[in-house]
Amino acid sequence: MPGDHRFHLDLGSRFENIELVQVVLRDTLDQLGVEEDARHWIDVAVREAVANAIKHGNEQSPDKQVHVDLLLEGDELIIRIEDEGPGFDPVAVQDPLAPENLLRPSGRGIFYMKSFMDDIQYSPRPGGGTVVTLRKRLAGLKSLS
Amino acid sequence: MRVTTRTNGDVTIIDLNGKITIGSGDIALRNAVHQAIEAGAKKVLINLHEVTTIDSSGVGELVSSYTTSTNRGVRLKLVNLPDKVADILTVTQLITVFETYDNEADAIAAFA
Repeated sequence: MPGDHRFHLDLGSRFENIELVQVVLRDTLDQLGVEEDARHWIDVAVREAVANAIKHGNEQSPDKQVHVDLLLEGDELIIRIEDEGPGFDPVAVQDPLAPENLLRPSGRGIFYMKSFMDDIQYSPRPGGGTVVTLRKRLAGLKSLS
Repeated sequence: MRVTTRTNGDVTIIDLNGKITIGSGDIALRNAVHQAIEAGAKKVLINLHEVTTIDSSGVGELVSSYTTSTNRGVRLKLVNLPDKVADILTVTQLITVFETYDNEADAIAAFA
């Protein structure tokens, strides 16, 4: 239907599926008229979230899926990424800017998500797992009617 | 990601083309740097000109490449950073860790 910019994807826990999310996401953002720069950083944030769900959430288990939902509420883009893992405590994440962490090879994904989106929230997934919700207010959207 | 390695004098140049992202590009980068070091390189220049996307895993591999090189007495520099690669290194304050150059000639001269 016109203006119905949303999608839902159920994915196996394989890194190559991140590219599938990127294709669908890019197409959706393109239809919405989101400018290239904003598109790129939303891409990066979603890439991090899906990678985390595959790697840390589902631990690449072939028996577990990652679920991605995108919807638009007014001019706010909302993307939910769910895993079926054991759960996640965001408080336990270390600050990648702390001098002792600056040269660590990992631990920057959530920081990038926070940097490039307006809001990021974690919540338990009913039935097990974690839901991360990314929000971004979009400027200059095409008419959705 | 496509990786090619060449030399200019005593500098080993690793040209990266495509995405440095989890599960493929990050591993390709790691392998290329390790192979260069194992082959005896003491000066390594990573050319990022054709990199289209980098994620936290790719950034992590750049950091690992830097620390591995430094620990083994190898000098590692970056050249031709696309704006978005520079941005992502800047956000996590890593742009100050790496020696970066706008063009290959300047980077090679800096090894002297």
